[in-house]
Amino acid sequence: MNDQWTNRLSEYLDGELDNTERAALEAHLATCGQCYATLGELRQVVARAKSLTDAEPDTDLWPNIRARLTQGSETRRHAPGVARRRFSFTVPQLLAASIALVLLSGSGAWLALESRQSTPAPTVASAPRPRITSVASWTGHTDAAIVDLQTALTQNESRLDTATVRVVRLNLAIIDRAIAEARIALQKDPGNAYLNLHLANTMRRKVDLLRRVNDMAAARS
Amino acid sequence: MPGQVLEDTLTADSIAADSALAASGDATAFERLYRTHVSRVHTLVRRMLDADEADDVTQDVFIRAWQKLSTFRGESAFGTWLHRLAVNVVLARRKTVGIERGRFISEEEPLEGLKSRPVTPELSMDFEEALARLPEGARQVFVLHDVEGYRHEEIARMLGVVPGTSKSQLHHARMALRRHLER
Repeated sequence: MNDQWTNRLSEYLDGELDNTERAALEAHLATCGQCYATLGELRQVVARAKSLTDAEPDTDLWPNIRARLTQGSETRRHAPGVARRRFSFTVPQLLAASIALVLLSGSGAWLALESRQSTPAPTVASAPRPRITSVASWTGHTDAAIVDLQTALTQNESRLDTATVRVVRLNLAIIDRAIAEARIALQKDPGNAYLNLHLANTMRRKVDLLRRVNDMAAARS
Repeated sequence: MPGQVLEDTLTADSIAADSALAASGDATAFERLYRTHVSRVHTLVRRMLDADEADDVTQDVFIRAWQKLSTFRGESAFGTWLHRLAVNVVLARRKTVGIERGRFISEEEPLEGLKSRPVTPELSMDFEEALARLPEGARQVFVLHDVEGYRHEEIARMLGVVPGTSKSQLHHARMALRRHLER
């Protein structure tokens, strides 16, 4: 095995040789079985590295981290500059994402159907007033999710009993009316953070309801 | 919207929301971020440092993230930001514990511990174990380049070496590890 070439095999593999060097090394590979075999092994190493998987720690580290957060909270609260830079996200990002949180949560119970109260998150409500020019700029993903879920519900509704369907439709109608009112209000004041949050919470409730109903229907199939 | 695309979008949105909430002091949102990302961070730390340091340094990474969340502006994915922060914490740890730079740079550092091991199937090491036994410099370059996808120029900047050294260490690491591929 020629060390001069062997030491360049990784660079060859990574495409870091210039044309002249690459041609010379390929000519060498055509005549040196050992370098050719080594190149194959190096390829396997690279492939193996890319296939490595992550693993959780053996113990839950969160309790210790949580304790340290508490210890450091006073320092953090009074750190210069922290308060000024705290809200570094746009409210549309927050709103769209807050909907996604509920959609992904998968927790809760059918009792949620009866709950119609909306509680704005204090974090967002106390944020500086955002600059929002269009409601549509942040509702797109949620609108699409609602369309998908409503389509699924139409297909699954027959699996539910009549009383359940009636309750679901009643609740959806209430939510739709609230969404419509919020949209009308936002047309007059698109930058109103509270209205945006109210709309987001209401849409989130609709997504949550649709998902739960679909889950119920699927469970009865 | 296809289901998987929707799920991916919503997952990304939920992480963005949690990072924003955590930045405003919401520890519950930060715990969700921890649960989502701890495997990736812990594995990175374990591969870059010794396994017995992984728990402590992983905790340090999340504490640092909590402290610096106010500087995260959402321009990149939270996971990318956290990963880079984890690398920085690891490299700072490397300096703190006094891992001498000369050892890292040494081109002659032997990989004998790996080379001399038998390669019979019964006695061969797991690939991860072989990786853990690499000399510090070669291991860190290998993890950053081949596992994490950083370029030599970036690695050189992070480690304070020239790109040629990074390339050389990577080649040494690969040459040592090829003996420990699972058959």
